[in-house]
Amino acid sequence: MLKIEGLTAEIEGKEILKGIDLEVPQGEVHAIMGPNGSGKSTLSYVLAGREGYEITGGTATFNGQDLLAMEPEERAATGLFLAFQYPVELPGVGNANFLRTALNAQRRTKGEPELDAMQFLKTARARMKELSMPEDMLKRGVNVGFSGGEKKRNEVLQMALLQPKIAILDETDSGLDIDALKIVADGVNAMRGPEFSALVITHYQRLLDYIVPDKVHVLMGGRIVQTGGPELAHQLEASGYGSVQAA
Amino acid sequence: MNASVENSLSEAGAAGFLHRYEGLRARLPGIGLPWLAALRDGAAEAFRAQGFPTRRVEAWKYTDLAPLTQAGFGEPLTPVESALPLPRHAAPKRVVFVDGRFSPELSDTDVPVRSLARHLPELEGRLGTLARVDDLPLVALNTALFEDGALIELAPGEDGGVIELLSVTRADRPVTSHPRHLVRLGEGAKLVLIERSWGHGESRYLHSPVFEVEVAEGAHITHARIQQEARAGLHLSTVFARVAAGGTYDSFLLHAGARLSRSEAHVALVGPKAAAHLNGAQLLGDGQHGDCTTFLDHAAPDCPSRQTVKTVLAGRSRGVFQGKIHVHQVAQRTDGYQMNQALLLSDQAEIDSKPQLEIYADDVKCSHGATVGELDEDQLFYLRARGIPAAVARSMLIEAFLQEAIDGVTEESAQAALSEAVAGWWERNAA
Ligand SMILES: Nc1ncnc2c1ncn2[C@@H]1O[C@H](COP(=O)(O)OP(=O)(O)OP(=O)(O)O)[C@@H](O)[C@H]1O
Ligand SMILES: [Mg+2]
Repeated sequence: MLKIEGLTAEIEGKEILKGIDLEVPQGEVHAIMGPNGSGKSTLSYVLAGREGYEITGGTATFNGQDLLAMEPEERAATGLFLAFQYPVELPGVGNANFLRTALNAQRRTKGEPELDAMQFLKTARARMKELSMPEDMLKRGVNVGFSGGEKKRNEVLQMALLQPKIAILDETDSGLDIDALKIVADGVNAMRGPEFSALVITHYQRLLDYIVPDKVHVLMGGRIVQTGGPELAHQLEASGYGSVQAA
Repeated sequence: MNASVENSLSEAGAAGFLHRYEGLRARLPGIGLPWLAALRDGAAEAFRAQGFPTRRVEAWKYTDLAPLTQAGFGEPLTPVESALPLPRHAAPKRVVFVDGRFSPELSDTDVPVRSLARHLPELEGRLGTLARVDDLPLVALNTALFEDGALIELAPGEDGGVIELLSVTRADRPVTSHPRHLVRLGEGAKLVLIERSWGHGESRYLHSPVFEVEVAEGAHITHARIQQEARAGLHLSTVFARVAAGGTYDSFLLHAGARLSRSEAHVALVGPKAAAHLNGAQLLGDGQHGDCTTFLDHAAPDCPSRQTVKTVLAGRSRGVFQGKIHVHQVAQRTDGYQMNQALLLSDQAEIDSKPQLEIYADDVKCSHGATVGELDEDQLFYLRARGIPAAVARSMLIEAFLQEAIDGVTEESAQAALSEAVAGWWERNAA
């Protein structure tokens, strides 16, 4: 279970998270919606361990472990995965090499045997086929020259390979065409089960028609201001965030 | 260092080298040949007139030769080669020079490389035609003092294959060697030369080779230069290459060892559609100084040149890149590209970069750029967020930074040797 209590954080002296309280029990998928600049990506970066944020108060634990005390790679090894809103380009780092290094690094910390190049390729090709990704994407530099949608699919591919226990998907649906949206949603749904939970950040209720969440939270001004069921997404779609503030 | 070794060393500075020349002169190979005696004496005179370059000389502004000029050096002893540990072959065929002298025992047979010292009578009018001594004191010193070197002459159309030229210095005492290598490719000939400088021992020493490379019409040479001198070594090398119409001088330089290294290349494109690639990488760790200096002469029309040089600096290290491109008035439709980039891994590292374009033709495409940066925090975080430990993530990004320069090396064996050198450097400098 992911448990966040009273989390406050600032960047360059500016307070962005103003007391986040949020629980995602094991096996559940929750959605976060909220206006631009409300702190959704900040929350996901803070959970994944990006530098530059000062945590001024509160806690964040995953299955009882203090996330905030861990290095980013340790958080990944305990099963946390962040699909970036803006995936980073790594010129000169081959996608296959990157994926295999990541996979084997995590297998090593778990005490599992590493995959050799052949075993890895077999697994990667199977996952790529499910995501309708052309195989030559393995040969290219990580995200280099990928279209917006291809970058998002590459994030989902990483998730499918790394098999996290909790995935934070930061606007993974933005920039996807209609078919890709379905493919990506299928990829997430395929992982659903008692061992997997997810926090899906999105601006559009459409994604939530495919990935039906257990709960929907509204993040505004650095706080969770409302929580409801899937119907809350429809309500927001119809009347916008003004209605929330009024509530 | 025991006293008897110190006593056998010459006094420091230019005077010490000049005294050595006087003492050795009668025993230098080819001194009985009037043309060569005149060449050597003239070079010694040129060196006497100039002395070692100081930082007041524009071309030496960033590289201080104090480690060379403030210490004494001596002659290499007569070799006892049996116990000399050598690196693995970088190519199936290899010739080995120890302390600047050809070693038949350590070299493979059936390699189209001969000992220069044994063929000097044939080389009148060929040796010393490219190497300038009047404004290059280290080249002058080499011309005066060289004892041996590789002689590679390929007939028109001949394919010399892949050859490793390994220069080993036994650094158990402060020796100097000044080998002179002569490489001549006939029309349409081909050669891949993997040149490696390797040191063994803890002492300071100087390895100062000079190459003269003639590339005839349509000939193609890949010259991969891998400098892996021992920790206390000084490496000061100079390459002269002249490329005729349609020929290619394709070089890659790696500086990975030595306390101080400077590699100078003087390349002249003298026929239409002659091409030059002057790529390189410097991997510098704490206490190291590396200097990559190139002079490229576009002296004919329609010539392309490509240069990508990357420097990675860790600890207290200093890197230098100087790249001059001179486009003569006749060199219309020159297509020149120069890029140099540095990656600083520590606050105490320093890079000096001096690109210089002199263009006298009007129809020319010449671009150049330079960047200095640190590892990108966003890229590092992206890798770590996928579970890759910080040290591994850093080495991946450093390798990626170098990749573009290494990619320029198309010859597989040369690329493998380079990748191995890069991996070895990172292992020594990680953490
Ligand atoms: N380095 C920074 N310096 C100052 N302010 C920053 C910095 N990074 C982010 N912010 C601010 O923090 C606030 C929250 O940004 P965040 O990216 O978390 O929003 P978001 O909810 O993800 O928005 P969107 O829906 O547009 O993705 C914004 O006002 C943003 O300008
Ligand atoms: Mg965002």
